[in-house]
Amino acid sequence: MKKISTGTYKIESPVKFLEYCAVVGQKEKEGPLGDYFTNYSADEYFGQETFEKAETQMQKEAMDHVIKKSGFTEKDIDFIFAGDLLNQCVSSNYCVRDRSMQFFGLYGACSTMVEAIILSSMVIDGGFARRTIAITSSHFCSAERQFRFPLEYGSQRPPSSQWTVTGAGCVLLGDGIMREEVPFVDKVCPGKVVDMGITDINNMGAAMAGAAVDTLKRYFEDTETTPEDYDLILSGDLGKIGHKIVIELMGKDGYDMTNNYDDCGKLIFDAEKQDTHSGGSGCGCAASVLTGYLLPEMQKKTFKNVLFMATGALMSPILNQQKESIPGIAHLINIKI
Amino acid sequence: MQKEEYSKLSEKKTKNSDCIKDVTKAFAVGGLICVIGQALFNLYTQIFIIDEQTARILESVSLVFLSALFTGVGLYDSIAKIGGAGTLVPITGFANAVVSPAMEFKAEGLVLGMAPKMFIIAGPVIVFGTAASVVYGVIYYIVTMCMT
Repeated sequence: MKKISTGTYKIESPVKFLEYCAVVGQKEKEGPLGDYFTNYSADEYFGQETFEKAETQMQKEAMDHVIKKSGFTEKDIDFIFAGDLLNQCVSSNYCVRDRSMQFFGLYGACSTMVEAIILSSMVIDGGFARRTIAITSSHFCSAERQFRFPLEYGSQRPPSSQWTVTGAGCVLLGDGIMREEVPFVDKVCPGKVVDMGITDINNMGAAMAGAAVDTLKRYFEDTETTPEDYDLILSGDLGKIGHKIVIELMGKDGYDMTNNYDDCGKLIFDAEKQDTHSGGSGCGCAASVLTGYLLPEMQKKTFKNVLFMATGALMSPILNQQKESIPGIAHLINIKI
Repeated sequence: MQKEEYSKLSEKKTKNSDCIKDVTKAFAVGGLICVIGQALFNLYTQIFIIDEQTARILESVSLVFLSALFTGVGLYDSIAKIGGAGTLVPITGFANAVVSPAMEFKAEGLVLGMAPKMFIIAGPVIVFGTAASVVYGVIYYIVTMCMT
């Protein structure tokens, strides 16, 4: 691994996406990317008694699928990097409690999937592991319960609000000696916590867009590249508002993002038909779009050089009530095939 | 970029709710709930020949029951999506605010889950409603004392 300029790292030994899987809910299956999601459940409880257990179940199904399909056993996998939105990262902890793999629990809000992939790439490239799993999830109902209102409460959602994705995404990363041509992590650019002073908990896109701009600019400066050098630039869950802010602010600094930049939160739902206002959000948003749509499309070589950046609003309802603003973070990886 | 400048940009990019459309819908739905209340009052006083004071209490109880029922079968939030404050302000909104968390938190047990969480939304209404009635009572007492 080599540090490029101030904060982007080149992963020198190939860290490949050996296997991947997305598990989503019914609403996501009915969305524009529905055909890509083969693993889904029409039951929002995923056969469990509570929404928290349902989220754990989604992670378990995604992980089981990845391990089984890869042909490896748990003994072949050195670490799990996992996270979710719930307090104490319970979905992840309860998913791995009956596994024999060593575990790191992460919290980066909706940016956790890329945080997990960056850490995986670093430990594999650094020689500390041969294979790791990165997995994250979110569930609309468990997130609403923790962060907002009860499901049956007649509250109003403003146009800027986003809809938490019910989904889990899991990837198996490895040094890749056994596999031939699969997408791999070429560069990583960990995010910095950026707070632009947004206090509106119904406008997460604006809270995160500042961090996204910071990471993108640092990455382009470090690598001396421009948006035109990539087939696709995909952010995690900035939604319509954050997406517009990023295009405008990057444009002011001379980076034209109008041609090849999209957002997972915009892709996963049809905002008008599915009434999701500004778009999708949650740890499961970036994770399920990455594993369900982007990686399979890269495997088909629709895209060969992609910037994937998951963004997180590090929001706490308690600190927000104490009049604090919402810090954001954006982690970026360059995936190639 | 300065935070103030960013805040302005964020506001510019954020679409606000259509105020006139929302107010019209709230007026219609809230008005409809009040019409149902009045119909119930007329039913109790004219058909069942109940005195006015009891009929008023029965009317409120009936609306609370209907709201709880609609919340229970998962319809109230769909009506509230259209009605907004029209469903929030009448007594039906209060019932929805108590029943919805009660349903949501029953998984954590009746004593430590459902019972305390029942008031997470309605609690402030009870606290400030009680405080306001005390203030009103004191003012009423002073005014009536001065006038006599």
